Amino acid sequence: MSEKFEPNIVAFLCNWCSYAGADLAGTSRIQYPANLKIIRVMCTGRVNPLFIVNAFQQGADGVLVSGCHPGDCHYMEGNYYARRRFSLIRELLEYIGIDPRRIHMSWVSASEGAKWKDVVEKVVAEAREAGPFDQFRRNKINW
Amino acid sequence: MNSKPKIGVYVCHCGINISKTVDVDAVTEYASQLPGVKVARNYSYMCSDPGQLLIKEDIKKQGLNRVVVASCSPRMHELTFRKALAEAGLNPYYLEMANLREQCSWVHADREEATAKAKKIVASAVAKVRLLEPLEEKEVEVEPATLIIGGGIAGIQAALDIANAGYKVFLVEKTPSLGGKMSKLDKTFPTLDCSACILTPKMVDVASHPNIELMTYSQVEEVTGYVGNFQVKVRKKARFVDVDKCTGCGICGEECRLAGRIPNEFDEGMGKRGAIYLPFPQAVPAKYTIDPERCLFLTRGKCGKSPKCVDACPAGAIDFEQKDEIVEFKVGAIIVATGYDVFDATRKPEYGYGQYKNVLTALELERLVSASGPTGGQVVLGEGESAFVPKEIAFIQCVGSRDKSVGNEYCSRVCCMYTAKLAHLVKEKIPEANVRVYYMDVRAFGKGFEEFYDRVRREGVRYIRGNPSEAFKRGDKLVIKAEDTLTAKTLEDEVDLVVLSVGLEPRKDAREIIDLLRLSQSADKFYLEAHPKLAPVDTATDGVYLAGCAQGPKDIPDTVAQAKGAASSALILLSSGKVKVQAQVSSVDEATCRGCGYCVEICPYGAIELVTVNRFGHKVTVARVNEALCKGCGACAAGCLSGSIQQKSFKDSQILPQIAALGVKQ
Repeated sequence: MSEKFEPNIVAFLCNWCSYAGADLAGTSRIQYPANLKIIRVMCTGRVNPLFIVNAFQQGADGVLVSGCHPGDCHYMEGNYYARRRFSLIRELLEYIGIDPRRIHMSWVSASEGAKWKDVVEKVVAEAREAGPFDQFRRNKINW
Repeated sequence: MNSKPKIGVYVCHCGINISKTVDVDAVTEYASQLPGVKVARNYSYMCSDPGQLLIKEDIKKQGLNRVVVASCSPRMHELTFRKALAEAGLNPYYLEMANLREQCSWVHADREEATAKAKKIVASAVAKVRLLEPLEEKEVEVEPATLIIGGGIAGIQAALDIANAGYKVFLVEKTPSLGGKMSKLDKTFPTLDCSACILTPKMVDVASHPNIELMTYSQVEEVTGYVGNFQVKVRKKARFVDVDKCTGCGICGEECRLAGRIPNEFDEGMGKRGAIYLPFPQAVPAKYTIDPERCLFLTRGKCGKSPKCVDACPAGAIDFEQKDEIVEFKVGAIIVATGYDVFDATRKPEYGYGQYKNVLTALELERLVSASGPTGGQVVLGEGESAFVPKEIAFIQCVGSRDKSVGNEYCSRVCCMYTAKLAHLVKEKIPEANVRVYYMDVRAFGKGFEEFYDRVRREGVRYIRGNPSEAFKRGDKLVIKAEDTLTAKTLEDEVDLVVLSVGLEPRKDAREIIDLLRLSQSADKFYLEAHPKLAPVDTATDGVYLAGCAQGPKDIPDTVAQAKGAASSALILLSSGKVKVQAQVSSVDEATCRGCGYCVEICPYGAIELVTVNRFGHKVTVARVNEALCKGCGACAAGCLSGSIQQKSFKDSQILPQIAALGVKQ
């Protein structure tokens, strides 16, 4: 089973840097694994730690938060909030037994299409090593 | 809250850009089964007129109240489709885009995988669109003025265009004079126009224009606000000269104890100036400035018995008590025209720049051939008795351009042609000189460029294909070692003068403007435009435009064209008088807010304040958002302990279903 396992990754990308970087990867026709699906937020500062927990509850095997490089945030300091919240939630999730290879954060700028590919490959590879994740699953909520 | 969702899903083929790797029929079929979806269609180009018409017709005839367009990136066409919705009478914020091109079909090759992923992306968009709420776009007045940063040819042209249209311009230049790099040039390619003759009249126009407030020797310190309403703080550095009294007569410059002892920046350090100086004779404003790092009185507190400039100035304009001045004003638009730096040739040590005195950069040679230069236009090397006129002259192309070893992959676009121009000028001044150019490729792409390159070759300039590996000294001569790649022969070439055709680089202080205006950089570190094709003068920050080499290397015609483009973009904003502000702002549910103030601390824009309201007869404290100041980052929403503050269109209740649609395994 582990050979066939394809991890399902949910990624939260800021509109200005990482989402644009992912777009650039597309415009440049850079190929990367299809395991990761993107949710666009205006700023990583919008990423509520609840989103990360929720992604795992809904069946993600890995989560990525990606924003502007420190100092480059379109909203001045949103990515600093994101970084602080992220390290807290990552430690908390690790503490309760979630493999940290499932939880990633990266800085990808609007001009780093090639870096975006590297990030996706790394996140997918590590989540693949960590294997399927379903301790957290709960029944689908009908919103 | 909302009426029952009737969603239309429109899957775009984008020619074959999407349909080649994504089975659009399968995605459409899948979408039609999703909850709330009434119509699902696919079409070759959704963004085209008939594509948009399809959506508009369905909104009207089928009573759709939500739309998902599954096509390219929302960064590309979100506005296009929002407009289509509005035209059909639907609130434009009832739209969600599913990015099937940039983030799916273009990055995956496997059709099955790409189709499966496309379905999830669409499902996620449908899950969100059901819960979107109508938003109102508010308009604010635009301050009818423009800030232009940089007084080179780009800033000058943009300033004149905007001022001539009748709007106020604040032009801020860091150095003591307008003119920028162009003022250092002798002639311009390919027409050999005299640079000063076409530039200096424009400089004078700027200084005398009633609509332009010129601030030289000044720096932008702070920019706050948003499109249409920027507050700007500028530091006017102390010149230690009263500009109202200074007549520019120049006696102080001659009298200064350090006269002729300080390398003059304008002559690339080859000419000399005093501590009180005019950068160059045609400087605008023609006012002297004291260099605070060099002036004896300012650095040591003592200059002989009394500073000679003070004694000499007939107008009594010297004022050592002068302090920096902070000026504040409001503008609606900002143009960044900060220009470039010339590549530092010491970073290519193999060519011996800085080590051998007869290795010059092209800009240094430009100053030598210029009549306003340190030699009065004579190409003479060395000083005094050892002075001589070089006979064997070699240019080395692409120094600092197209060179991964120094991190500059790009072509600087001007070096091929300025080399041709300099070669021509040198031949004109020294007819017997043997001039050769070591090159990789000659890029003579502009109007009249190829013709000029041909002319220079006919004049006897030799082009040798192959970039030299090194230049070193042998006796009195410099030796260039190279391979002629057309004949596959290595050669050693003895010359008197090596000229390095240095490229253009982003300014070393480029970071200052990024921090001021939240600009992005492209991979080459020049400022990034909003779209490389369709928004080449816009930036990601609304109301901020780019002109000239700050955006990337370009020649003077391209710079002027871009400056006019930036001016026109700013004028569109100014003349419309109103601008729509971000609708996807935060808002507070005052019924659940407990007034802890955490969001107030988080907000980077100070857009949230605590207010006291009456709740069932009790006075309670709640947070309130000033929508004009909110820029819609959503940091407050992620921090709120009770979920009371939410970002419109990015509410928890809208994002969580999006996550659910992506997460669940099929």
